[in-house]
Amino acid sequence: MARTDPKKDVVIVGLGWTGSIMGIELAKEGLEILALERGPERSTVPDFQYPNVIDELKYGIRFGFMQKPRNSTITVRRNVDETALPMRKLGSFLPGDGVGGAGIHWNGQTWRPMANEYNLRSYVIENFGEDAIPDGMTIQDWGVTAEELEPYYDRFEYMAGIAGQAGNIQGEIIPGGNPFEAPRSRDYPMPPLPEQTDSRMFREVAGQMGYHPFPRPSANASIAYTNEYGMQLGPCNFCGFCERYGCLNYSKSSPQTCILDALRRYDNFSYRVNSEVLRVDLAVDGRTATGVTYWDEEAQEEVIQPADLVILAAYQLHNVHLMLLSGIGEPYNPASGEGVTGKNYSYQMNGGTTLFYRDVEFNPFAAAGSSGVSIDDFAINQIDFGAEGFIGGSYITAGLSNGQPIRGISLPRGTPSWGAGWKQGIGEYYGHAMSIGSHGSNLSYQDCYLDLDPNYTDRHGRPLMRMTFDWKPNDIRMTQFMRARIEEIAQEMGADSWQSSFKSEGARYDIRPYQTTHNVGGAIMGTDPNTSAVNRYLQAWGQHNVFVLGAGAFPQNIQYNPTGAVGALAYWAAEAIVNDYLPNPRPLV
Amino acid sequence: MPPKIPHTTRRLFLGSSASAAVLAGLPIRAQTPAEPDISLEDYTPEFLDAAEWAFILAATARIIPSEGEGPGALETRVPVFIDRQLAGDFGAAVDLYMEGPFVADADPFLGTQSPLTPAEVYRQAIPAFDAWCERTQGAGFGALAPEVQDAALQALADGETDLAPELRDFWALLLQNTKEGYFADPMYGGNAGMQSWIYIGFPGARANFLEWVGRDEVYPMGPVNIAGERA
Repeated sequence: MARTDPKKDVVIVGLGWTGSIMGIELAKEGLEILALERGPERSTVPDFQYPNVIDELKYGIRFGFMQKPRNSTITVRRNVDETALPMRKLGSFLPGDGVGGAGIHWNGQTWRPMANEYNLRSYVIENFGEDAIPDGMTIQDWGVTAEELEPYYDRFEYMAGIAGQAGNIQGEIIPGGNPFEAPRSRDYPMPPLPEQTDSRMFREVAGQMGYHPFPRPSANASIAYTNEYGMQLGPCNFCGFCERYGCLNYSKSSPQTCILDALRRYDNFSYRVNSEVLRVDLAVDGRTATGVTYWDEEAQEEVIQPADLVILAAYQLHNVHLMLLSGIGEPYNPASGEGVTGKNYSYQMNGGTTLFYRDVEFNPFAAAGSSGVSIDDFAINQIDFGAEGFIGGSYITAGLSNGQPIRGISLPRGTPSWGAGWKQGIGEYYGHAMSIGSHGSNLSYQDCYLDLDPNYTDRHGRPLMRMTFDWKPNDIRMTQFMRARIEEIAQEMGADSWQSSFKSEGARYDIRPYQTTHNVGGAIMGTDPNTSAVNRYLQAWGQHNVFVLGAGAFPQNIQYNPTGAVGALAYWAAEAIVNDYLPNPRPLV
Repeated sequence: MPPKIPHTTRRLFLGSSASAAVLAGLPIRAQTPAEPDISLEDYTPEFLDAAEWAFILAATARIIPSEGEGPGALETRVPVFIDRQLAGDFGAAVDLYMEGPFVADADPFLGTQSPLTPAEVYRQAIPAFDAWCERTQGAGFGALAPEVQDAALQALADGETDLAPELRDFWALLLQNTKEGYFADPMYGGNAGMQSWIYIGFPGARANFLEWVGRDEVYPMGPVNIAGERA
């Protein structure tokens, strides 16, 4: 049975970062807006308050703020010949649910991509020739430039309150910042966070080696701050419970700390929790959306919610799932390379080296989520792809983000994982290890994509989405290059011992250990409706009143954490809707 | 999972006046590491039967033994933690996707594919592993000498104990749950007296270290738990 509710001007699917940004920007225009959030209500008080949130078992291990696979999951296979199986419990990545979405439980690293990441395909062809792109690699240009997006990064960073040190202000290189970054119009809104011992040690050695260390840009506040919406942040107290937790201290940028209380003051905006959108409803001719149908958990019924404008603002995986279920864009076919929805799913290629020091007290529990020091000397715009034999890049970084013991205590290789040797090891090495990580690009490939699974269904009877993904030689060569650079640094750092963990030749995707919640692609933006799912304003090519926000728009993954780009694109799309679309609803391209 | 009011940990042991102080937000200075009110021998498990309880006592005592520096699984009451986890949402797999078809012998990289809940895995794997011990070592696990127990657990870890594919996650579960019980907040039944936190130097739920950032010095304060007790 279904009920039909009164029509809204706008329905927003998901109330995380992008739904909140779009919500408040459209609410200012006086539109009647309803946001539908599949998960529960979440506020700093009571959901993140001290001391209950300082519970590693409940939130860090049992994933209290994450989506439950019983309610929502995907199937996974490594190639088109395997039968995909369901991800029955969370591991590799941790999508959130509830108000705030993944915006509550991130660490807060907030980057801008390098300028050449937006036109990667053109950049490679222009500088290294078309032959530099291996068979099966399907990288594309975004259809926007760093210059065009700069004001929207600036807006997001000043709204969220990012702590950092600029490296390039309008072309002037600023000492202490990242000299390789694209020009920014002004400095970060907050100074960098205080520096931890591991970060200081890395910064000193990297600087001595001629690299250019700079503080990691962080969405953990370093000072008291009020943003454009009147929302207030207080300085981070380094509680050591950041990623996987909501912030108890109003210090981590999130929809709760930066937008939602301001948004709730608009009478023309409302939202419903425990309301999972099942599909976008299309007009008979398929050329526009008429609204959405969602499951009202409280009423235990389906609800048809008509709307003039539909904003998909769920997590990347769920936006793509809804598009596939609703017939938005032709599903991608890996055999022919045709179709667009689900195309170019990509992930993140990371690695790391752990260094042990019996005589250094790192105190890893005294941590912010994203404090730390990085170098970008091996960024994607600093590498000769022709000479090195791969396309891509990484930032290299140190910065302990927590000291939670169940999540793992680094022990020297050879230490048993249980028994007397393990117990002795944790006593000797807790607080005496640091790591240097590489966080790198993952490019897109013809056979890495998302579609609907033929065998498994969710609690609403909908097909699960199927992910086909594996690691590829190009990206493994990239991470091995980073390994060599990091080990050169490790050699200089004077550790008692060190050990590395990087993907090597033949590595397969393992869904069990946590890697990163940086799932991108599948709803990629571009300039050609035959090769992209949305246009450069994130508007669906085939249904002009559907906009698809989030990291699904990335045609391949950048070498950075995605939230900065996700936020900038949301403001970019919001401005296009307000200034260009609302006065004359139509395809903007 | 909702934290139940534990009935065998310090909170009740401290008595109603101490509990009232916790509720009032007053700091409580704990005495020595916990003297549990009910010994493990007298504890009545919520989920595990007598044979399973005996196995968990014996196995966790080898996974985190008492000998050497630092507390073992038994002193920290890890078996109580495991019993409660199996009795609750974790044991019942309430968060997991449990729809078929199940391919229990799939490539492990694709994650657990067992049709069994964690509680069912324990229930079926304990007698299966015990039977393997009898067959190959001449006695059930609990009756073996410690070094033979260690060898048997290593065989279990290496997947060499003939467990059915749907039980193959048993070792990973047992090891993970043992470490969870060792390090989790004491309100879940393990980490009695915050002994594991004291041992490694983790300050627990203090959650405020701004003035300690960048100081290469031993942090001087002992841990605090979520109930506000200090150790």
